[in-house]
Amino acid sequence: MKIGLFIPCYVDQFYPKVAIATYELLQKLGCEVHFPMGQTCCGQPMANSGYQYLTKGCDANFIANFTGFDYIVCPSGSCVLHVKEHLHDEKQEELAAAMRKKVFELTEFITDILKVESIEGNFPYRVGMHVSCHGQRGLKLSQMTELNAPFFSKPEQLLHNIKGLDLVSLTRKDECCGFGGTFCVTEEAVSVKMGQDRIKDHENHHVDYITGGDMSCLMHLEGILKRQKSPIKTIHIAEILNSLGN
Amino acid sequence: MSSEKIIEHSEAAARFNKDVERVNWHDETLWFVREKRDRSAHQIADWELLRETASQIKNNVLSNIHDYLIEFEANAQKNGIKVHWAADAKEHNEIVHSIMAKHDVKQMVKSKSMLTEECHLNDYLAEKGIEVIDSDLGEYIVQLRKEPPSHIVLPAIHLKKEDVSETFHEHLGTEKGNIDPQYLTESARLTLRDTFLTRKVALTGVNFAIAETGEIVVCTNEGNADMGAHLADVHIACMGFEKLIPQRKHLGVFLRLLARSATGQPITTFSSHFKKPRDGKEIHIVIVDNGRSTQLGREDFRNSLKCIRCGACMNTCPVYRRSGGHSYHNAVAGPIGAILAPNLDMSKNADLPFASTLCGSCTNVCPVKIDIHDQLYKWRQVLVKEGHTPTSKTIAMNTMAKVLANPTIFNIAGKSGRFVMKNIPGLVNNKMNKWYDQREMPDVPEESFREWYKKNSRESKAKNNE
Amino acid sequence: MSSKADILKKIKQNQPAFVTELPNLNLLGSEQFDILETYKTVLKNIGGDPVEVTNYSDILEYIKTNYAIEKRIITTITELSGIATLDWTNDDPHSLQDVELNIIKAHFGVAENSALWVTDELLGQRISPFIAQYLAIIVHKKDIVATMHQAYERIGNEEYGFATFIAGPSKTADIEQSLVLGAHGARGLIVFLLD
Repeated sequence: MKIGLFIPCYVDQFYPKVAIATYELLQKLGCEVHFPMGQTCCGQPMANSGYQYLTKGCDANFIANFTGFDYIVCPSGSCVLHVKEHLHDEKQEELAAAMRKKVFELTEFITDILKVESIEGNFPYRVGMHVSCHGQRGLKLSQMTELNAPFFSKPEQLLHNIKGLDLVSLTRKDECCGFGGTFCVTEEAVSVKMGQDRIKDHENHHVDYITGGDMSCLMHLEGILKRQKSPIKTIHIAEILNSLGN
Repeated sequence: MSSEKIIEHSEAAARFNKDVERVNWHDETLWFVREKRDRSAHQIADWELLRETASQIKNNVLSNIHDYLIEFEANAQKNGIKVHWAADAKEHNEIVHSIMAKHDVKQMVKSKSMLTEECHLNDYLAEKGIEVIDSDLGEYIVQLRKEPPSHIVLPAIHLKKEDVSETFHEHLGTEKGNIDPQYLTESARLTLRDTFLTRKVALTGVNFAIAETGEIVVCTNEGNADMGAHLADVHIACMGFEKLIPQRKHLGVFLRLLARSATGQPITTFSSHFKKPRDGKEIHIVIVDNGRSTQLGREDFRNSLKCIRCGACMNTCPVYRRSGGHSYHNAVAGPIGAILAPNLDMSKNADLPFASTLCGSCTNVCPVKIDIHDQLYKWRQVLVKEGHTPTSKTIAMNTMAKVLANPTIFNIAGKSGRFVMKNIPGLVNNKMNKWYDQREMPDVPEESFREWYKKNSRESKAKNNE
Repeated sequence: MSSKADILKKIKQNQPAFVTELPNLNLLGSEQFDILETYKTVLKNIGGDPVEVTNYSDILEYIKTNYAIEKRIITTITELSGIATLDWTNDDPHSLQDVELNIIKAHFGVAENSALWVTDELLGQRISPFIAQYLAIIVHKKDIVATMHQAYERIGNEEYGFATFIAGPSKTADIEQSLVLGAHGARGLIVFLLD
């Protein structure tokens, strides 16, 4: 199975260890993984700011880089959702449409395509799961508290066999952290307050780590934690799932 | 109605956040309402089916509203109700005033009507020398304070009992410092009873208007709409035309959803069906457009007209809870307000669709399944295209688009300093990078992933070994 | 009248060309639960008081014991004429402002939300259930339906000038979300559940 590894631009630049963990994990799970070197960004920062019309270049570049793979996998629900909803190409729309269906977020790719139910690992800490909105409400990676429907969570399911991992149950299970793309600076006051409140919930449950499937949310939370000189650390779920090493 | 310059949402929200304890309280109080909604909704096994059914009924209404309105008017007239049509806020206000003038009445008691807030009726009538008293307790409180409501269901949710106590002490002469809600409510009850008993004209909103029967339904917990309407000679009911539903039996669906979504109650205390006036008395219904027909023509936004004004999207919105209703500078605040307001005035309300993280919780609680967060995204696109965004932002976005579309430039930019994060400050009308105010930037690693990949990936190793 | 024509014209132009069908309501309201028990539980939760009685003398007894019967009590039910007046239905509605207790009948109740359906013919005057300080409503136990769907099936095309569902006493939580009973309408609601 040939996988195109789609790494969000800020993960490439700031969190290479998350990308490395994703790369190694997929290989361990038997995939042939390639990172197309010409990839840049899915265009979401522009689109969510109202400039979707400026993302045609990003779309074309994405398609050029990711043609020819069985699947495209990315350790970010938000970027995947953007591609699934907005990747277009006037000249080769069929190709774009097919590609939209091939893009998967890492945990759903593992549970739904690779049909892996759990992953062995070792992470002896108390962990809070930050459920990112685009992964949850957009990609339906887990059940949403607003709905009257049975619980499920693809990321949580994968953490069940990680040794020593103590997953806490938060008071507000799926409240937004306030990152929101450019919202984090255009609405700085509310963005930070939302982040602080999310952190408080994790603190109240005495976590060592906050994990999640979207590094953008975690980067925002990490920024606040560091400013507060908090001992709580953030870690992407790929790093926990890859904790057994090679 | 004020002619003051509008303060943008982000700035108003920053001010709101200066009082941390109050923000916490506001957030927790509204979250508590959201939790009540969850408990109530989760008790109904058919909840999601109910939402889907309500959504389909409203879709039917929107696709057939022309005929339903004609049917409704004919039936209401048969029932002895006078029906008026208002193209905009001005005409709505004039119609209400003309009814008052015809009866030579200078005082009105009014129950909750967001439409009259939208039309700024109180200010209009005040200019004409007519005194309006809002009888919903929350609206009464904010009216005494000369403030607009901050929430469509909980108009005084931005206030604490100490604030109410002071206001009532000043206006009603209650004991200074007595902050007991029971005591304060009782004082308002006594004062407003006298109002109900002396007013000849009562105005109410409309929750549902039934095409099949020509009746209207008004829901309250306090009983204030009924106290006003049944004691007055003239009952004026104002409604946006989207309040129509086809048949009486559809109320079964909407009344199950409305209060549960709003406050978690199984139903409002009173769900009053007004079909005919009392003998010798009058009921007037004013059907208002005020931009709704324009919204109906916007394919991407028309289903915002399905809204039944439950307020659930506000209670669940993490941004609303931490910025307060007044920061939305519109009669309807929160996520639903942010998709309705640009239709009324794009340039004035261009900031509102951006006052969201697009988290999507609003869409999930909406009892009529309006795709609120998708519409927020779509309004952003429209507002940018129509030129309602700051030039600095457009310039930054164009630069970003160019760099991101070109891998070569991107790689250079990336190396020279982590392009994306560095460019975020250019997006705001402020030289300082707002990221740093209360957050640290991530540490810059020794190498990017792509640099690591070049050295360490299987394919590069294979290549290197060749 | 010109506004009407303009509005309708614009609506006709702008409404979706494709008419969405109305959904089937028969799929709803099939929840199974103990109707009487649910009714009582829900009523208590929203601040009302259910009282099970076997006949009108039980009701008379209850009212004599629990209310200040020297104050003004009105009713539309002839069986209660011993403690309440019946001759107020044609009076000026404002004259009911001093009513302490109003006792009326409901056509039926709804278990899921404890609402009671009353229409003009049972109210005497439209204002009566709102203006009284306290309200008592009598409903036959056999006349309680499960959900609002059965309620509207039962209402059907019934003719009335005014009708309302009443669920519990008048209430507000507009001051800091603290629940206070007796906002403008009745401060308390007794529901007599008659065999």
